[in-house]
Amino acid sequence: MGQPHDLGQIIDAHPFFKGIDSTLRSLLVGCAANERFEPGDFLVREGRPADKFYLLRAGQVAVEVDVPGKAPIVLETIGEGEVLGWSWVIEPYVSTFDARAMTLVRAVSFDGACLRRKMAGDPALGYEVLRRFLPVIGHRLATARLQLLDLYGPGVAKAARAKRKNGQ
Amino acid sequence: MTAAMRDPMLPRPFRIEKVRRELSDTFTMELVPAEGGGFAFAAGQFNMLYVFGIGEVPISISGDPGDGGKLIHTTRAVGAVTRAMDSMRAGDVVGVRGPFGTPWPVEEAFGHDLVFVAGGVGLAPLRPAIYQAMANRQRFGKVVVLYGARTPDDILFRRELERWRGRFDMEVHVTVDRGNPKWSGNVGVVPNLIAHAGFDPLSTTAFVCGPEVMMRYTALALEKNGVGREGIFLSMERNMKCGCGLCGHCQWGPHFVCKDGPVYRYDRIADLLAIREL
Ligand SMILES: Cc1cc2nc3c(=O)[nH]c(=O)nc-3n(C[C@H](O)[C@H](O)[C@H](O)COP(=O)(O)OP(=O)(O)OC[C@H]3O[C@@H](n4cnc5c(N)ncnc54)[C@H](O)[C@@H]3O)c2cc1C
Ligand code: FES
Repeated sequence: MGQPHDLGQIIDAHPFFKGIDSTLRSLLVGCAANERFEPGDFLVREGRPADKFYLLRAGQVAVEVDVPGKAPIVLETIGEGEVLGWSWVIEPYVSTFDARAMTLVRAVSFDGACLRRKMAGDPALGYEVLRRFLPVIGHRLATARLQLLDLYGPGVAKAARAKRKNGQ
Repeated sequence: MTAAMRDPMLPRPFRIEKVRRELSDTFTMELVPAEGGGFAFAAGQFNMLYVFGIGEVPISISGDPGDGGKLIHTTRAVGAVTRAMDSMRAGDVVGVRGPFGTPWPVEEAFGHDLVFVAGGVGLAPLRPAIYQAMANRQRFGKVVVLYGARTPDDILFRRELERWRGRFDMEVHVTVDRGNPKWSGNVGVVPNLIAHAGFDPLSTTAFVCGPEVMMRYTALALEKNGVGREGIFLSMERNMKCGCGLCGHCQWGPHFVCKDGPVYRYDRIADLLAIREL
């Protein structure tokens, strides 16, 4: 595990916590740890307690669903500069997907229970953390919907053309 | 007869020299003028391709504008005309009218980072601009290609993308909407790649081509990452008949897409893109 001082610098440098107030950042450092994952390691397992979230510093992670008897279905990949996991902040604090390292991954993890305690005791920290998570959740939801549209399949162009034709 | 004198409504016969299968439903044709001569065009322009007895469709030119000898088109077979085209072989003849439409402003982007964002078969209309950029590589800062496909099996110009990615002076990222067990690359929509690409948003020109929904979200993501609207260009598609501003078939608000487009600066069409009925 890295020194708290190093972790503070790493947190400061990560886009997710860009510009965070130094007092709040030092509260975060107390719940943080440096971690490293080999390709194939799981950072998160579906159905298990969501006790952590990660700031990804290097490498790539697949967010996926396990399908019995088949290869897992990868829903999205996320990488350097992104954040992984928000189930730690939403009751009942259970992970909803698997997250597997596709490459060597370096990350800073945050202990969810530790951070929840600090956020409950310090609303400014609570607000700051949630304020940063909400756009990420919104963005992931929006892009998941776009993916579902199957934009490059024949369906969307067909529907758009039919709509324009009817309007003529 | 020079191009300037030619009747834009009169198809010129071109012989298919080669047909290459790109994907299960997508093919590339190399055409040469049956009557001899060359074919000059600018990156981003399209031709009306006529399958005699079946019909005519607008298809962008996907070849190198620096190679005036051959005319190259990459087409996805979706309906009557494009399917008929898909069954044509070397030696057959198609009618060609064009080139029509506005080009990608490659030279205006000199001195900037250049970002190409393509989705699906939208990589084909962008490829001539990529060739032109690479022929003038020293005139640009970074050159980045971001490409999104439906699945790994739907990646167009795969070998070329791999070759480009192998260059030291080009950054290439590919993503798919749905992976498969053999795919170890990105999964997610193409606008997600934008934040990871290393370009200077304050000095960037972006060329975007793909389904309209993909272009709208890509333009938003480019803006969110700091690229100004006047630095973003999109290639629009509308049904066409004449291809040269005579019939009004391709009207889109105050524009005739065949003549005023297909390549538009985003700040000039952002309001129109937001109108659902158009
Ligand atoms: C400026 C411009 C440039 C274009 N460049 C290219 C290009 O480089 N390569 C290319 O493959 N296409 C390109 N297109 C689209 C192409 O013109 C159409 O796919 C073609 O006109 C379809 O004609 P069709 O007779 O084969 O199909 P139609 O009989 O007209 O349509 C058959 C069915 O396919 C659907 N369809 C039509 N177009 C599309 C589409 N683009 N995608 C998915 N489904 C569709 C229709 O809604 C319909 O249900 C371009 C269009 C424009 C306006
Ligand atoms: S297609 Fe006739 S005016 Fe555009």
